[in-house]
Amino acid sequence: MTSPNFSGDRAHRVVVIGGGPAAHRFAESVHSRRAHGDSPDVTVTVVGEETHLPYDRVALSRRLVSSEDLTLGDRELWSSPGITYRGGVAASRVDLEACSVELADGSILSYDDLVFATGSAATVPPIPGASSGYVYRTIEDVDFLVAEAARLATSLGRPADVVVVGGGLLGLEAAGGLQRLGARSTIVHSGRWLMSAQLDEGAGQALGRLIEAQGVTLALGNRPTQVLTGPSGRVLGVELTDGRAISADLVVFSIGITPRDELARAAGLDIGARGGIAIGDDCSSSHPGVWAIGEVASVGGVCVGLVAPANAMAEVVADRIHGGAASFPGIDDATKLKLSGVEVASFGDALGASDGALEVVYADPARGMYQKIVVSNDAKTLLGGIFVGDAAPNTALRPLLGRELPGEPSAYLSAAGVEAPASAELPDDVQLCSCNNVSVGAVREAIRGEHAEACTELGPLKACTRAGTQCGSCVPLVKKILETELSKAGIEVSKALCEHVDLSRSELFEAVRILQLTSYEHIMEHFGRGLGCDVCKPVMASILATQTSKYILDSGSGALQDTNDRALANMQKDGTYSVVPRIPGGEITPAKLKVIAEVAEQFNLYTKLTGGLRIDMFGARLEQLPDIWKILVDAGFESGQAYGKSLRTVKSCVGSTWCRFGVQDAVAMAIELELRYRGLRSPHKFKLGVSGCARECAEARSKDIGIIATEQGWNLYVGGNGGYQPAHALLLAQDLDDKTLIAYIDRYLMYYIRTADRLQRTARWQEELPGGLDHVRDVVCNDSLGLADELEAAMAEHVGNYEDEWAATLNDPERLRRFRSFVNAPRTADPNVVQVTERDQPRPARPDERAAAAERVLVSGPSIPVRKGQ
Amino acid sequence: MTTWIPVCRLDDLEVLWGEAVLVDGEQFALFRLPGDRVHAVSNEDPATGSQVLARGIVGSRGDRVTIASPLHKQVYDLETGECYSTPEYSLPVVGVRVVDGVVEIARTSRSGAGTGVAA
Repeated sequence: MTSPNFSGDRAHRVVVIGGGPAAHRFAESVHSRRAHGDSPDVTVTVVGEETHLPYDRVALSRRLVSSEDLTLGDRELWSSPGITYRGGVAASRVDLEACSVELADGSILSYDDLVFATGSAATVPPIPGASSGYVYRTIEDVDFLVAEAARLATSLGRPADVVVVGGGLLGLEAAGGLQRLGARSTIVHSGRWLMSAQLDEGAGQALGRLIEAQGVTLALGNRPTQVLTGPSGRVLGVELTDGRAISADLVVFSIGITPRDELARAAGLDIGARGGIAIGDDCSSSHPGVWAIGEVASVGGVCVGLVAPANAMAEVVADRIHGGAASFPGIDDATKLKLSGVEVASFGDALGASDGALEVVYADPARGMYQKIVVSNDAKTLLGGIFVGDAAPNTALRPLLGRELPGEPSAYLSAAGVEAPASAELPDDVQLCSCNNVSVGAVREAIRGEHAEACTELGPLKACTRAGTQCGSCVPLVKKILETELSKAGIEVSKALCEHVDLSRSELFEAVRILQLTSYEHIMEHFGRGLGCDVCKPVMASILATQTSKYILDSGSGALQDTNDRALANMQKDGTYSVVPRIPGGEITPAKLKVIAEVAEQFNLYTKLTGGLRIDMFGARLEQLPDIWKILVDAGFESGQAYGKSLRTVKSCVGSTWCRFGVQDAVAMAIELELRYRGLRSPHKFKLGVSGCARECAEARSKDIGIIATEQGWNLYVGGNGGYQPAHALLLAQDLDDKTLIAYIDRYLMYYIRTADRLQRTARWQEELPGGLDHVRDVVCNDSLGLADELEAAMAEHVGNYEDEWAATLNDPERLRRFRSFVNAPRTADPNVVQVTERDQPRPARPDERAAAAERVLVSGPSIPVRKGQ
Repeated sequence: MTTWIPVCRLDDLEVLWGEAVLVDGEQFALFRLPGDRVHAVSNEDPATGSQVLARGIVGSRGDRVTIASPLHKQVYDLETGECYSTPEYSLPVVGVRVVDGVVEIARTSRSGAGTGVAA
């Protein structure tokens, strides 16, 4: 490949000014060309004034409610050869003649190609006092607002009053997010309805209802005339054009963006009519070898603050620099509001401005519902749409923009209660993911494996095509195409557990439930063959345990149990066990701590705190377990089920009892939940966390179920986990009272237990369930399947039938008999267990230490290391 | 030269529930299958050297009877000792028989070799 831009043997240097999403996409695009080895040697240096690596600005609203890492893509990109990120330093001057960029630290970068990706700044209105306001634009802005709202609430002893100026996408996200953090928000917006640039009046009214329902106050048709401050400079309020004043402790401006074109102006590049670097279809500026992408680029006189066009421009420039001829396809200004509980989406000619356009509308302002489909004059071609309150049809319709609709337009108005027509096969050239410009055809090719290994699962398919990896709105469609293609290819996705059972775990669960089977033998008789194996037997044991709540080692179930369940303890590498008593919510008396200390000392056990607020004792031999548990049970402890695919712990902070920030009693709630769900067998282990305020000290959002206190009650998050594929829990419902909270958790857990695959954690489960989290919310909060009573009854049965497995074991000589080291020497210690002392505690000997020990035994009899015996 | 050493009664063994047995400092794992068949193998996990095989899960693969190690779940053929999941490993199989309700395992002067099954 050759290009007029290339100068010879040395690397071709590209400097990018600005470190936002557009710069990230550009660097990624160059990197993937390098990785494929089919490109000349192009190096990229990105100069960013923020210290962060490029992050996902679209997701800032998530940062507002949780301190999520928003870094875009794989951090490795920035340590790959030829790709450099220089963060925390601004470019101060561009010399177009010398082809160089001067940085604020005085260094000079020479370039062969220069890309402006400087983005834009939040606009601050020229009114008195404006300098006392803040903006919502960067991670620092968001983190500051979160901290400031909390600080104000503490120092004022009441929720902070926040005025957000601007009722567009970002303004709504800022106001909604701050409201969720406990502040009282008011939105001041110049239009007569919210999002007036994207929505028509009907949609704006419906949206207004939804926003007001979140407790946000609206002041529409108004602008601020000044920010009122006290003598100390403290913000007191905002005065509006209609003359009234609203009191406020914090003012946030979100009235639009101003392109950061100051360097380009100074360098002499052509500037668009309303600011921004004027570019052509090829994204080139008025000077050869200088390009502009993203929000700073002015296309036809307009700068756009959306990620999809920014990505498209980055790809165009990457292609051009490599000698290609790509051109910018134009702006897709589809938008989607990312504010939980409020669904808003629009695309195409949403306002129906095209000649002869027809609008098919369903409006129910009382419910906050508005749906509109804009079609051509013959009612056939889809031109655009708006969805408020229920955006379900948006995903299926958006790819059909500019095409003939497969059905009557009115059939897509789901809010009216009609069933949408079965979606016809989408043509290959339809754009599926507009953020990353991925076509339906490209996804199909990846599934069929036309250019590389076939992607037959959702995760790899997303990674390989990049579809659905940015805003995520097309994921349901990607999944649907995957399923369709696989079944077309005759690839039966086998859900069979193993060679012995043809059913999936969830199918088996339902079958066992409906037939009311109560033993392994009965299940095998109906659904199995052979002797079973280490895959299907523990699944059956778990299903039986959930449905019958019986002692897990009885009625032939003992031989089904996985390693740890067999001994009601966790087997360690040397065949000894660890013992973990339950310490609900992490609350423990000194007397009970003493018992643990005595047990550990008596049996010479290694002790360590676990990550879930309890104490783990290692090195107990099989035949010692009953003796150890006798002491623990007598002292009032019970099994912590640390060995089971079941509830582990409910982690909590200290809550409002002691903490000066706590707003609810997190410890009491954690204990109640731990006692409720203890012993509940499930497809995988699960954990809960309860935080007493929004500071989230219990790290509840890293748990399968996270509960975070609010002034009004509890927010419920679901589907988080640590492990090797970490996930943050997502908001399911907010401001719940205790009773509703527990009902929702009952339903969620039982629904998970019934329908998840073997070893599938909640995060994957809710992601892969058709309809995803929205579906889960429908089932749990809206009882869309009419299952709520049944799920709650199933949980009530579990709670009613719970018995401590260790107490039950100790009460029964038959059960105790199984805890013998040898059938012919029941109390003899395993002579193979060898320990050494490290940091004053025992640990298993390493192979070299064992060998050394064996030699010494031969020469001089036992010394250190010692064999563990009576 | 094979000596048969009595180790326990058949009634001491639960069906499909493995038990360890200690013979002259050596450990073996016994498994009773439906139909009163008994299998014996070394109790030492070939992957880790720990004495744990008796605590694994008995199962089948096709018409072969298997034991899965409780530590890392390698699956071994109870009659041949062959490892299905990691072919480098193999599990020593020990001769076993039931005489008048008493389970006996075979010990030769060298390490135990035998049919690995008793009926």
